[in-house]
Amino acid sequence: MIGLNDYLILAAILFAIGVTGVLTRRNAIVIFMSIELMLNSVNLTFVAFAHFMNSLDGQIFVFFIMTVAAAEVAVGLAIIISIFRNKKTVNVDDMNIMKW
Amino acid sequence: MVNELQEAAQNTITQWAWLIPLFPLAGVLINGFFGKKLSKTTVGLLACFTVLCSFLLSIACVAQLAGMPVDARRVIVDVFPWIAAGTTKIMFGIMLDPLSSVMILVVSGVGFIIHVYSLGYIENDPGYKRFFTYLNLFTFSMLVLVLANSLALLFVGWELVGLCSYLLIGFWYHKDSAADAGKKAFIVNRVGDFGFLLGMLAIFWIFGSLNFKDIFHTLEINAAVTPWFMGAGTMPVKTALSAATPILGLPLVTIITLALFLGATGKSAQIPLYVWLPDAMEGPTPVSALIHAATMVTAGVYMVARLSMLFALSSTTMMVVAIVGAATAIFAATIGLVQNDIKRVLAYSTVSQLGYMFLACGVGAFSVGVFHLMTHAFFKALLFLCYGAVIHSCEHAFHDAGSHADPQDMRNMGGLWKYMKITWFTFLIGSMAIAGVPGLSGFFSKDEILWKAFNAPFSLTIGGFPLGSILWAVGALAAVMTAFYMFRLIFMTFHGKERLPQNAHPHESPPAMTIALIVLAFAATVGGYVGVPHVIKDMGINVGNESFYKWLEPVFEPAQTIIAEGGALEAIDFSNGGEEVGVQNTLAAGITGLNFAKHGQEGIITPEAGNVAVAHRESENEAAATHSEKQSAHENVALEKKLMNISIVLALLGIFVAFIMYNRNPQIHHDIREGLGVIHTVLLNKYYVDEIYYYTIVLPGRVFSEFFLWKFFDVCIIDGIVNGVALLVRGVSAVVRRIQTGVVMNYALVIVIGILAILAYYIF
Amino acid sequence: MVMPTLTQILFYSTAGFAVLCALLVILHPNAIRSALFLVLTLFAVAVLYILLNAQFIAAVQVIVYAGAIMVLFLFVIMLLNAGETLEGLKHPMRKIFGFLFGIAVLGQLLAIAHVATIAGARQGGVTQEMVAKAGNTELLGMLLFSKYIYPFEAVSILLLMAIIGSVILAKRKL
Repeated sequence: MIGLNDYLILAAILFAIGVTGVLTRRNAIVIFMSIELMLNSVNLTFVAFAHFMNSLDGQIFVFFIMTVAAAEVAVGLAIIISIFRNKKTVNVDDMNIMKW
Repeated sequence: MVNELQEAAQNTITQWAWLIPLFPLAGVLINGFFGKKLSKTTVGLLACFTVLCSFLLSIACVAQLAGMPVDARRVIVDVFPWIAAGTTKIMFGIMLDPLSSVMILVVSGVGFIIHVYSLGYIENDPGYKRFFTYLNLFTFSMLVLVLANSLALLFVGWELVGLCSYLLIGFWYHKDSAADAGKKAFIVNRVGDFGFLLGMLAIFWIFGSLNFKDIFHTLEINAAVTPWFMGAGTMPVKTALSAATPILGLPLVTIITLALFLGATGKSAQIPLYVWLPDAMEGPTPVSALIHAATMVTAGVYMVARLSMLFALSSTTMMVVAIVGAATAIFAATIGLVQNDIKRVLAYSTVSQLGYMFLACGVGAFSVGVFHLMTHAFFKALLFLCYGAVIHSCEHAFHDAGSHADPQDMRNMGGLWKYMKITWFTFLIGSMAIAGVPGLSGFFSKDEILWKAFNAPFSLTIGGFPLGSILWAVGALAAVMTAFYMFRLIFMTFHGKERLPQNAHPHESPPAMTIALIVLAFAATVGGYVGVPHVIKDMGINVGNESFYKWLEPVFEPAQTIIAEGGALEAIDFSNGGEEVGVQNTLAAGITGLNFAKHGQEGIITPEAGNVAVAHRESENEAAATHSEKQSAHENVALEKKLMNISIVLALLGIFVAFIMYNRNPQIHHDIREGLGVIHTVLLNKYYVDEIYYYTIVLPGRVFSEFFLWKFFDVCIIDGIVNGVALLVRGVSAVVRRIQTGVVMNYALVIVIGILAILAYYIF
Repeated sequence: MVMPTLTQILFYSTAGFAVLCALLVILHPNAIRSALFLVLTLFAVAVLYILLNAQFIAAVQVIVYAGAIMVLFLFVIMLLNAGETLEGLKHPMRKIFGFLFGIAVLGQLLAIAHVATIAGARQGGVTQEMVAKAGNTELLGMLLFSKYIYPFEAVSILLLMAIIGSVILAKRKL
């Protein structure tokens, strides 16, 4: 029988992969995709908990998270576009002006 | 039934007495906020009208008060709760009794006349509207002061009049001397206010209330109070008051009243805090008349009279008050002898006359002090206004003649009576009143003060003379000087050779001013006839009556009783000389009082024992009092007549000397001045008191402030802390800001480290 | 030897596939390929949702995530021509540090996931029978429009703001 812990371990692995992606890649869009991966792993834990606790609230949360993620992607990609327009690159190593 | 009575009471005019101060306040608000939009005439007339309203309402209230039974002549109207803290509740309300009724009549009456006078005096000044706003504000404040139902509210009025005084002394703020004089008045008054505040707090400490009604009631029935000292426990109030304080070892009541008297010396310009008043003459003359002669400076006298019951309990304070009063009277009079600035002469004369009032209060004759306050308000306001007219007219005349001569220096005048006859005549009346010429108001009040001083209930003797007779001699001497310097003024300004600059043509003042002069001259003439001393009837001259004293009797009766019974809470002899019984009583009372205090300290509460002791003492005192009354009745009339004749002769002597020196043979006073030499210089420089204060208090204060407070404490410590904090932040920031690299990935790394930390928290 | 059940086979194969695709997302040098592998990962997660009886969420995952969002990603990558490998490491140590931190996070999360339990926690009132009878979508809809109506409205405003914000950000000139 597949238990809660199996889902949580899977989610943990996916999350760690997402973190590694954020830290190692230099393409801003790939980093963004890694963040989506992390979001998905969290969604998985939500749904798993909801399933094993006989509740639907977790799924509602996933629904909201997806909505927020959609909004985030729209805005984030718009930001990347405008950065690209200014610096002609999507390499995060070149984004070093966020300081005083 | 009860409701009906209450309704009836509420419908009476006196219940509306709290409106009296509000009329001028309305004037302040309208003129202060909308003055710029109103025309000059409207502002001036509105200001006068509001004070007139107050005056008329005052008359109505006093008339109704007079219609009440003697015992019921105290109307208290609580308007709204002002300060409520725990069980303590201070009401914003007024108390109308015979004493405050006299004051409101004087304040609003004289105030109204001076408002009218100002219409003419200040007419061409650019600060016209500001002037009337301040003047109204002052009237409001003074009315609050005299109508206050509690010490707290009195203090509010007290401070407000101080503020108005400051504003009006510095009215011509572009002149440095005026601005400085304003500051001086304000700061010197702060010293006095400090004392007042201490006294007030001490009263609250003991009585648990600042309400006059509560304080008087507690004292009258010697009620048990719970003072917040000596541990817990209640005790009769007099026991608490007689407890010796750790400082100086004086009874508490003496400390309290001395502190309050310090406040009075500040406001009423007595030694040692009189120095601000002569400088205050930098303000416009109507201000000098209203604030620095007729009303505000009498606030100290009013306060002492208001708390007469408390002052009477301390013979030491009473003696201090009397001595300070007499000393100020003669001290200021000597300075007034030689001053050349007209307004300064009048200022010193005011200080001197205020001294008389305190002398009266100090010897227990509170009603006489208040009577002199009233007559003084009339004649001193008159004198100031007359000289305002002279200065005003000379200023214009000198200006037109292209001269820069000082229009306040009487050496630039002389022979003015031809040009301004009304002013001359009214001034003559005022001078005779203040000099004590029989038949005018000043005579009745001043003479009564001297008589009461002679009979002062002090047993102290100096060089074989009882203190009372010394006080009398000092007062009489000051009276001679008063007569002399007032007539010196007259002869030097209105008579003799014209010393005006060439082509200067002074002229009579506008009607608004002369009418005010005439009204005041009338008041200064007949104002004394409501308080003619009894001895004049005994002399077979049937003029006037004693209604003034009768009117004030209910207010001062408790204080008089305390003095007559020697009920002061001290072991100092307080009775007329030779009355052994009184001395022993007082001593015994003092000792028992102290014993009770001791018991109280130990927490043993014995109010019954205290009451018994007091009752016992009272019965003995009654016997003593009746005895002394019979004994003195016969001697007194003859003696009083004798003394009165002496003071009349002295007044005339002063006038005569002035006449010889300054009119008949002007050469004489030059010779005398030469002959006096050093003394004259000292007097002309006002005993160098300002200089002494400067070098002993002001200069050390400034040096301390500049080199310690400013150059060291402020610059090194305060600024050092502030700048040090700034430097520290800057230094730390210089290091810390390197963390912010601006590289996005570093931020992501830091976020991950944060995640690790949070997860670690969950695991371990 | 115990034979694995169908559910177990489905779970482990899908999970393995998801992990594999996820690893390829972060390891593949070409961004377009990465995006495509991410789509595969999302599909795998959608299968797991069905295993967990969350059919509605699975459908949304496929339609919104794998459909709309990933199309947006691909579109932007192609628009910016960012699919090329970014050569030359400015910070050579970063990759090593990234993996070390990734492993550290993994270790901690596994430690938590391994011991996590819901024993003793308050159970919800939605039994499998109710879901089977009414359907997952209907129950979710009831909940969304009753208990969560205010967050739902708030999220709609958020989407509106995101639309406006992205238009403003991406537009060359306003």
